[in-house]
Amino acid sequence: MTHHDFTMPITEAQARSLRVNDTVTLEGTLFGIRDANQIALFDKGRKTRFDMRGHAAIHTAPNVRKVAPSPRHPAGYEPICVGTTTSARMERFTRPMLKELGARLIIGKGGLGKGSLDAFAESGGAYLAIIGGTAALETTWVEAIEDVDLDDLNPESLWKFRVRGFGPLLVAMDSHGASLYDDVDRAARARRDETLAKLGVKPA
Amino acid sequence: MKVDPKQVEEVARELYVRALKILPPDIKQGFSRLAAGETDATAKKVLGTMIANIKVAEDTENLLCQDTGIPIYNVTIGSGVQVDGVELQAAIRRGCERATREHPLRSSVVHPITRRNEHTSCGPGVPPIHIDFAGGERLLIEMVPKGSGSENNSWLKMAIPAEGVNAIKAFVVDCVLDAGGKTCPPTIVGVGIGGTSDLCVALAKRAATRPLGTSCPDPEGAALEKSLTEAVNTLGVGPQGLGGDSTSFAVHVEIAATHITMNPVAVNMQCHSARRASASITPAGVEYGF
Repeated sequence: MTHHDFTMPITEAQARSLRVNDTVTLEGTLFGIRDANQIALFDKGRKTRFDMRGHAAIHTAPNVRKVAPSPRHPAGYEPICVGTTTSARMERFTRPMLKELGARLIIGKGGLGKGSLDAFAESGGAYLAIIGGTAALETTWVEAIEDVDLDDLNPESLWKFRVRGFGPLLVAMDSHGASLYDDVDRAARARRDETLAKLGVKPA
Repeated sequence: MKVDPKQVEEVARELYVRALKILPPDIKQGFSRLAAGETDATAKKVLGTMIANIKVAEDTENLLCQDTGIPIYNVTIGSGVQVDGVELQAAIRRGCERATREHPLRSSVVHPITRRNEHTSCGPGVPPIHIDFAGGERLLIEMVPKGSGSENNSWLKMAIPAEGVNAIKAFVVDCVLDAGGKTCPPTIVGVGIGGTSDLCVALAKRAATRPLGTSCPDPEGAALEKSLTEAVNTLGVGPQGLGGDSTSFAVHVEIAATHITMNPVAVNMQCHSARRASASITPAGVEYGF
């Protein structure tokens, strides 16, 4: 269980050094991805001008206020509440995020599936768990919205955040085939029949 | 008492913002109870972060969660209340739109086919406004922002009488297993039993959004709540699906009579950010609560 302080972007070796139960705190750039912008990028062939190689992307669509662009709010957006959404809906986009756009870390809540775990192993990446539903706290780690792309999809635009002390986040899936979600799921399902027996239900 | 739609609009606006920022006291107590009993080291940390977030939201007057949800309004009209129902619905809708624009809040509501977001938190049929009636000279409006992480984990099973109550128990346990960490546990597991298919789902939602510490008025339903709460918390799913004892604050059950050939069960979950706010409008004025 090692703690890693990463200033983004990172190398493949850094991504592969992560093991489940390690913790990570991020500095610098963080991209915000979501259902609509990933559908646009990977199903509808739209392009982004953002270079995500070596970067982290979080499953989010923030609450923002439109303001005049300024050094503090270069994209003309003030972050109000930046939180994290359920990752599972975006399972099939992990592979192209890593392979096509070069991202290394996916941040989300609730975990991803086998396709993503394989993609982390193939490309060198990891899934970092943030605590879902704790957006007020998460917002205090966000310094600014630096840039925005595909903004016609607002609030599901492609966001570029500048973050400071973003974490600690828990490495929940790594590039060595380990997933805390799989471990918990297997153990919980193994308790199913015993749990039902206590409720007077015999296994079918 | 005659109710001015302007006042209803103001209350509907205020309720949406309040619900997103202040967690009800029964949920805070639920967190304290779970944290005190949790034995898993990771789960303890996860619960600690959730509890810290409640305070940060209050201190910074920020939203607890980024998900502004689907806004739901539950209205109870007292027999001594005079109000134009059409105007009431329009006023609630305007209040919901204003909260979204004026705060501003992320509009999480889109057209289901075009996926177009009008940035109003409103659309065809949304916000759902449920109307009920009671005695007294009081208009009660409850607001529930229902987050999608939990709402995407909703199930209906039209079981049959031959499967009995065991089908209901097994279904609830399997839904909790399938939900894993996706529903942002610890959850309130809402279970609807009986009715028609639509009523069964509505009962599950009512159960999921009921305050902690309340129980099903039906004694058989209340007994099921107790045994199912204990059962789901032995599975080890834990907060955020990362393992631990604190999978659910409680299982809540609501029941309705059903057909001799039917045995329907529905499950709807509420996430740990179990937000709701209410306002009581009486001749004395408006009083906000949970």
